[in-house]
Amino acid sequence: MFDPVPWLILLPLAWGCLTFLAGIGRGGRLVVAGLIIQLVLTIILARQIVMEGARHYAVGGWGAPLGVDLYVDGLTGIMLLLTHVVALPLVVYARAYFSSQAEGASYFWPLTCFLLAAMNVLFMSADIFNIYVTLELLGLAAVGLVAAAGSAGSVTAAIRYLLVTLLGSGAYLMGVALLYGTYGSVSLAVLEPLLATTEISAAACLAAMLMLAGLLLKTALFPFHFWLPPAHGGAPAPVSALLSALVIKASFYLILRLWFDLFAPLVTTQAAQLLGGLGAAAILWGSILAFNQTRLKMLVAYSTVAQIGYLFLLFPLMTSAIPGAAESAMQGGVMQLVAHALAKAAMFAAAGVMVLSAGKDDIALLGGMSSHLPLTLFTFALAGITLMGLPPSGGFIAKWLLIDSAVSGGQWGWVVVMILGGLLSAAYVFKVLRQAFLPPVAGIKFKPVIRMLEWPAFLLALISLLLGFRSVEVLNLLGAA
Amino acid sequence: MRNLLNVLVIVLSAALGLVLIGVILESPSPARVRLSEEVLMQIGASGVTHPVTAVLLNFRGYDTLLEVMVLLLALLGVLAQMGKQKRENPPAGFYLTEPRMQVLLWLARVLVPLMVLVAGYLLWAGGHQPGGAFQAGAVLAAAGVLLNLSGLLPSWMEPAWNLRAGLVSGLLVFLLIAAAVMTTASPGLLLQYPPASAGMLILLVETGLTLSLGLILAGLFLFLSGDAIDEEADK
Amino acid sequence: MSGALIYACAGAVLFVFGVTGLILLPHLLRKILAFNIMGSGVFLVLVGLGQRDGTPDPVPQAMVLTGIVVAVAATALALALVRRLLSLTGKIQFPEEPEGSGRCWKNK
Repeated sequence: MFDPVPWLILLPLAWGCLTFLAGIGRGGRLVVAGLIIQLVLTIILARQIVMEGARHYAVGGWGAPLGVDLYVDGLTGIMLLLTHVVALPLVVYARAYFSSQAEGASYFWPLTCFLLAAMNVLFMSADIFNIYVTLELLGLAAVGLVAAAGSAGSVTAAIRYLLVTLLGSGAYLMGVALLYGTYGSVSLAVLEPLLATTEISAAACLAAMLMLAGLLLKTALFPFHFWLPPAHGGAPAPVSALLSALVIKASFYLILRLWFDLFAPLVTTQAAQLLGGLGAAAILWGSILAFNQTRLKMLVAYSTVAQIGYLFLLFPLMTSAIPGAAESAMQGGVMQLVAHALAKAAMFAAAGVMVLSAGKDDIALLGGMSSHLPLTLFTFALAGITLMGLPPSGGFIAKWLLIDSAVSGGQWGWVVVMILGGLLSAAYVFKVLRQAFLPPVAGIKFKPVIRMLEWPAFLLALISLLLGFRSVEVLNLLGAA
Repeated sequence: MRNLLNVLVIVLSAALGLVLIGVILESPSPARVRLSEEVLMQIGASGVTHPVTAVLLNFRGYDTLLEVMVLLLALLGVLAQMGKQKRENPPAGFYLTEPRMQVLLWLARVLVPLMVLVAGYLLWAGGHQPGGAFQAGAVLAAAGVLLNLSGLLPSWMEPAWNLRAGLVSGLLVFLLIAAAVMTTASPGLLLQYPPASAGMLILLVETGLTLSLGLILAGLFLFLSGDAIDEEADK
Repeated sequence: MSGALIYACAGAVLFVFGVTGLILLPHLLRKILAFNIMGSGVFLVLVGLGQRDGTPDPVPQAMVLTGIVVAVAATALALALVRRLLSLTGKIQFPEEPEGSGRCWKNK
């Protein structure tokens, strides 16, 4: 049987090396072709997971605890599929984007390949030290991409992002050191039963706190969100889309994994309520700040801060004792993750097209955009529908499942937050749309943009909208044990 | 407000430190899994005799593969920050006064060949005693930095194809060997070296890594030092 | 308490110093140094806890080697970015920090 797992690690690394060899600003076509191959591989892998269930892969043939193990299950399959479905249109978009403006293009391709390689290895890793290395990979690749824009603002944002991500992984590594010192292994497969069967030690509790705090910092959950908007809002549009859609999801994925598998014996209802509370604060505060922005890309970046909040509602909802409530909370959380990734990639890509055309990142200059770039504005609106959670979008299914779980679990407070959050996101999406339908500001001249900039973004928005019809398949894959 | 925050951070950190020390002191003495014993048991099949090298390049060779990628990523980030202006004739070393330069030149001429020799020895020694590709690469890079500071080696410009090939060669060799052992061996797992040829394959990987790590680490310095010289000249 | 635990405790102290410095110091070079101190602290804990029964454990030593390389890479990138910031703005600090706290560079 053909096994796609090792190739999903080796191929993106190879593309990264080859695009670097090809020279500055070259290799875009290779990346598109490579991503198509990888997308096929992830589909094969997802099918294997559905048919045969989750499995371990022993790198080097040693097996845990001596060697490094990989682990693929339904959630891994979803994350890998999502990464490639989002990245493929974005690299097509990026080729068109950097042909229109060269700022930040020089080492974009190798950095992007290594970023995607880092995502793949992170999702498949089942070894907490190996996860530390993948976190650093992801962080350095993302920082390199943010800084490549070269302006003082983006370099400042990149330095802050780098310091935050280093602090986060430092705390994470300290947790790894404590766990290794106490249990003598860094493999999840070895540690899980040890933590579950032995008496809870102080070292394990402290390790859990350090590791989760480090990952929360990287996920930019309120109040750790301060670094995200300048970094995501200041980068070139394809980079913003990659970071907002995928990179923060990687550290969230790790929180999910650690919380429900490794640290399951340690976590308490209070801790889950705390995470949910921070998530609720993120939804409200992030949406309000998004509404107050005057720059389009900053608005979209603050909307990411808000949308991350929804993901964290699943932790208190999962504590519900009612059967079914916990299950639909998990499904809702994962749907939200997928829907937001698709919609936010589309939204940043569309925002990038509008900014490119207007020549300046300012919402007040968007007047007349409805007749100049109707397709891009339509893309922005479609993505907005997912963020608001209107049917038939994937965002609707996600919020429906989360609200359903909250209602059947009797946790009404979260329902109020979610409905308020939906209204607030409608407010900031309509703020942009309203401006776009106003007559153009006097003296502004929109630059024409090439078609290949508009279609990939539209495709992403369309997938996020139609995801609602195919959510059963996604949830099936999630349930594959 | 700001002072209050500072005090809060300091108090919290101090508390964290105390808790950490407490946890370290009271942690039960023998760890539950004795990994070091397993390393010694399996070391015969790893192809090398030094346990740290065995862990680094065989048992946990996957981490090492990713680690080379980390270095390459940092280099890409540095390259993307290079000054965009083209410098016509690199004025390397011009800022050193003549008498100092003579001493430095003499030192570089004596030390650099020695350093290359030491790097080769470290690479070879890694299999059975402390040493290995990373240490050897670091010594090579230090030689490059010394040459640059003494004005014998100009700072690097935007890399041409041959330098780029050198920079990625270590990772490429690693990838090729990984793909080769995976497709030819019968169970075919990633980075699964057959015990008979493991020693040779590891030496091959380490040689590639030494050269390209030396270049990458030197590059982290040399790609930027040209800008520094320009800025000095501007003043 | 064995001798190895002294290293682990020293590591804990260094880690906390590093974290505090990384958060509080305004000068970016000091932040980078603080990050390195924090990293060294973690490495000491990793190795110190691993060899507390007297025999060195090769696994954490290999991990620390990996960690050191990662720290070197991150430091290099951070320095490159700080250099870039200096040439763009003339300061080695975040713009919102009070003026003068990151000015050591000019006083040489």
